[in-house]
Amino acid sequence: MIEFIGTSKQYRLDKKIIKALDHIDLKVNKGDIFGVIGFSGAGKSTLIRTVNLLETPTEGKVIVDGKDLTTLSKRQLREEKKNIGMIFQHFNLLSSKTVFDNVAMPLTLSGVNKREIEKRVNEVLKFVGLESKTTAYIDQLSGGQKQRVGIARALVTNPKILLCDEATSALDPQTTKSILELLKRVNIEYNITILIITHEMEVIREICNRVAVMENGQIIETGNVLEIFSAPKTKTTRDFVQSVVRDEIPQSIYEQLQVANPNERIFKLKFIGVDVGQPIVSEVVKKFSVDINVLFGNITELQKIPFGNLIIEIVGADTETEKVVQFIKNRNVQIEEVLANGCKPRNYSGSDLGNPIYG
Amino acid sequence: MDVSREIILGAIWETLYMVSIGLFFGATLGLILGITLVVTRKGHILENRWVFGIVNPIVNIFRSIPFIILLVAIIPFTRLIVGTAIGTTAAIVPLVLHIGPYISRLIENSLLEVDEGIIEAAKAMGATPWQIIRKFLIPEAFPSLILSVTTATIGLIGATAMAGAVGGGGLGDVAITYGYQRFDEMTILVTVILLVAFVQLIQTIGNRLERHFRHSS
Repeated sequence: MIEFIGTSKQYRLDKKIIKALDHIDLKVNKGDIFGVIGFSGAGKSTLIRTVNLLETPTEGKVIVDGKDLTTLSKRQLREEKKNIGMIFQHFNLLSSKTVFDNVAMPLTLSGVNKREIEKRVNEVLKFVGLESKTTAYIDQLSGGQKQRVGIARALVTNPKILLCDEATSALDPQTTKSILELLKRVNIEYNITILIITHEMEVIREICNRVAVMENGQIIETGNVLEIFSAPKTKTTRDFVQSVVRDEIPQSIYEQLQVANPNERIFKLKFIGVDVGQPIVSEVVKKFSVDINVLFGNITELQKIPFGNLIIEIVGADTETEKVVQFIKNRNVQIEEVLANGCKPRNYSGSDLGNPIYG
Repeated sequence: MDVSREIILGAIWETLYMVSIGLFFGATLGLILGITLVVTRKGHILENRWVFGIVNPIVNIFRSIPFIILLVAIIPFTRLIVGTAIGTTAAIVPLVLHIGPYISRLIENSLLEVDEGIIEAAKAMGATPWQIIRKFLIPEAFPSLILSVTTATIGLIGATAMAGAVGGGGLGDVAITYGYQRFDEMTILVTVILLVAFVQLIQTIGNRLERHFRHSS
């Protein structure tokens, strides 16, 4: 649906050449909710803007729905833009107009007749749940309502693609959730392909099926959300994943355990999908002559697939512990030993995600 | 007071005439120049170095010429436009050339206040440059534009006082020729009070309109 082929964007700033995009190759399939995550300055904003040519790539192509937009005439391009809706971090709504007129704007611009505009605008306002606010002015709305108007305005032309530029970054967590749910409905009910850029991993976890991680104008990692969350390859990606799925224990606790009993080893287990249902810990205790101390556990859901993390301490003879590791591996559960330097001290104050079970 | 009621009434009429016609043409000129200054600047929707590079200094030149000099300097041009260089109508030509560039700067400022995100949203919708100006920039800047035009109107009233130099008449002219030059304090007082009332009224109307059209805090 959207394909970046060697897309680059450079510009000059005080005689220095800045590479905002550096040979991006990326494909967004029809029906995807595709997330692009990166810290500010990574180039993700520029990336999303090349899709509707708010930024023109200096090299390479962007193919949208089979068409290379850079080859179109201005008129054709304006026509094509009606297939691409866009919502923004700061909403970018007209304060001089009512909710209705804001949503009607894209249709007014293409000269659609009044009756049709009224029908369509009321339809989308109902979809976003703002049918009671048609005559309100933008300043009378809350942030979440403003973004709903933005979404309604983007949907009014029946687009095939929706671009979301940090659409939830200016909203509180609860409003973010409701907007993300709305976007999910947009994807399912209207079958609209969504491209989201964000710096919040939460957004990716909540609604995306595929994700790309950007750094310094390049895509450093890409894959489906489950892959990225369960096996992040780069440090940046790991940091993003850990911002929502915690899978480490504090260094101080680790040290305490080491001092208390040098005969014990700590392991990290990752369960994906059906594995979560296995009573693995109790099986191990019954089968082998070891003791198990559960230090940390949480479970989250990605793409409707449960995804769990467990940190356990195995107390017992080394030979026995090795047998346990093999047993767990045979159950298709990822297991790795946690070593002192692999377990950096982190600030764990406040847990807002998953279901941490301390045992 | 040596001045008859007829003279005062006539002067009020002349002032209203010069201000309203002058404002109409001046605001039209100012709007065109102001929009041009905004949309042709670097990075804007109709970026054009040449147009901006020509319009910008021309506006500065007209703004820097003192009105009394402009009034006399463009007499041949005035004669070309209205057929005469003397009288109330003739005074309107230099008034327009004086206030137009001034209004264009005010309008430029008002339009530049419009959030860039609005223009980005308009582009994303596939709006033409003309649609961006008409449907996005002007409506969003409208309350601010009203205040700009209000300020310009008051400036225009001030400028009409000098229109007497080319026989333009008006309240300011009465104050100078009858009051100042003949030491008639009463005439000065009456005309000044009338001008103050005039300015107050226009500012009040401007503020009310602005509030009526502003839907944001």
